[in-house]
Amino acid sequence: MRFIFKTSYDQDIDLAKHGGHRFWYSLLLALLVAAPWIVAEYWLSQLSFILIYGIVGLGLMLLAGFTGLFSLGHAAFLGVGAYTEAVLAVKGWPFPLSMACAMALSASVGVIVGLPALRVKGIYLGIATLAFGFIVEEVLARWESVTGGNAGLSVKGAAVFGWSLASSEAFYWLCLALAVLATLAVLNLLRSPTGRAFVAIRDSEISAQSMGIHLARYKSLSFAISAALAGLGGALYAHKISFLSPDQFNIVQSIDLLLLVVIGGLGSVHGAFLGAIFLIVMPQLIALGKDFLPAVIGQAAGLQAVVYGGVLILFVLLEPMGLYGRWLKVRTWLQLVPFYRKGLFKRQKSFQKSDRVK
Amino acid sequence: MSASLLSASHLSVHFGGVLAVDDVSFDVRQGEVFTLIGPNGAGKTTVFNLISRIYTPTGGDIAFDGKPLLGVAPHEVAALGIARTFQNIELFEHASVLQNLLIGRHRHRVNPLWREVFFTPSVRAAERATREKVEQVIDFLDLQHYRDSLVAGLPYGVRKVVELARALASEPRLLLLDEPSSGLNVEETGDMAFWIQDIQADLGITVLMVEHDMSLVSKVSDRVLAMNQGKVLALGTPAEVQADPGVIEAYLGTAGDAASLRRVKAAKV
Repeated sequence: MRFIFKTSYDQDIDLAKHGGHRFWYSLLLALLVAAPWIVAEYWLSQLSFILIYGIVGLGLMLLAGFTGLFSLGHAAFLGVGAYTEAVLAVKGWPFPLSMACAMALSASVGVIVGLPALRVKGIYLGIATLAFGFIVEEVLARWESVTGGNAGLSVKGAAVFGWSLASSEAFYWLCLALAVLATLAVLNLLRSPTGRAFVAIRDSEISAQSMGIHLARYKSLSFAISAALAGLGGALYAHKISFLSPDQFNIVQSIDLLLLVVIGGLGSVHGAFLGAIFLIVMPQLIALGKDFLPAVIGQAAGLQAVVYGGVLILFVLLEPMGLYGRWLKVRTWLQLVPFYRKGLFKRQKSFQKSDRVK
Repeated sequence: MSASLLSASHLSVHFGGVLAVDDVSFDVRQGEVFTLIGPNGAGKTTVFNLISRIYTPTGGDIAFDGKPLLGVAPHEVAALGIARTFQNIELFEHASVLQNLLIGRHRHRVNPLWREVFFTPSVRAAERATREKVEQVIDFLDLQHYRDSLVAGLPYGVRKVVELARALASEPRLLLLDEPSSGLNVEETGDMAFWIQDIQADLGITVLMVEHDMSLVSKVSDRVLAMNQGKVLALGTPAEVQADPGVIEAYLGTAGDAASLRRVKAAKV
């Protein structure tokens, strides 16, 4: 059990709250940097995908988890980023520049999509973003001169002034660096007035407004940042997958992204990456599990969808705070054992808390 | 004590056919505690919502510190130095008490977005200054014990104080309190009365409140405005207003009519 004795306000402002944080996150970073020497090529590629989806998840987490605006068309931002990157890479633009363009274009599309968010809430915003997702998918399919339409578009490897980032190690490190930067940027935003304004809008718009928060500006900002991160993820995704077609950015992808943030744990930055791990690793586990199941079940079409759906239902029922919520419980158990009480995380008014809850 | 901080002249607002506020005029003087009373549906909260620009009046004018308030957008009201609480507490439920108070200081933010993204030293300095101010409010209202607890788990009485604290954290010049004692027990109401007096005396903040608890009203108010059905009934010191025949009639029915008195009393139980 760790007791933190606070002697300065900086302890609440700093990202690392105590030595344990510094140690474990440094270790994690060191392991991730060393991953190309540790894991096989295939898993390194999966790790890159986790980082890419983590970046996109961060954006959606900021929007859905912290600002309370749900987007059912987030794959569209991913698509805008990916196609922008693909088109600019063919023209020979260096990666940092084309990446910045992908982010900027996604962000400006995000602001436009955010416009209805100023007027509608909840399920209606969901419908508006869903419709937007279909529009973008359709544009990607029809604008053949640029996107190659349904025939698809192959993407060149990433390169910076003739220096290729196409090898899987180099590309992994690129993803890692951008994921770390994106995470730091989001964490910084969340501990400054802008992040608090997002949370205020999520919890009570009317009092956020009376605190002097410009609702329209902050909602648009949230959409813009979220879309920019999705655009960044899209740019990396384009190079990673090296072949783009409109159906990669359809409703299923959007729902996958929403699944990512819900299963990861709405309202936690960790959740974006935990959700990304789930999203990438789960299909692999299902594929591995197939061989151990009777052929009737194992070889059945749609097994993955059924398992996905089942897991989602279980999460919503048993662990609404997602993987991160579960991790908090495990961590608390490890810290408190043998004094851990079952009722510790039970949602109840603090004035009703007593030892009787078992 | 004499200069007027907020003045409403001939305010009217109607929602469809309902005339919620009808030709209401009053002045809130610098440094006083001014209370709006009246039976349910009298239009008190509507007046509050007019001042915080959630509604736009259909007639009349509001001036704050000599400047017209009606051209100001709802989110800009806070920047002028007007903070408010809500009748049905509107706190940020899934944030800690400390975070709620920090949001209260939003109007004092100084750094542009890009600095926040990189969390530059100036952002850190601003955060420290914000925290210092918030700690002063926490000390003032004795909230130290609840600093890191989530609002969602707090008892009602404490939430009410947290909402007051959040409004104070913005360092307002005018504080609008919408029924500060509703839902509080006798002891908590007593504390609230002390705090309102302290806010007036120590912090020099002008208070405009809506309140039903007459003991609290007469304890803290300098002046009282009684309203009924959107109209002004009486304006004066608490004692004057309580003695006003029109006010007695609005609350209790006509003084001579014993039958109607009994009926209203029975309805109140």
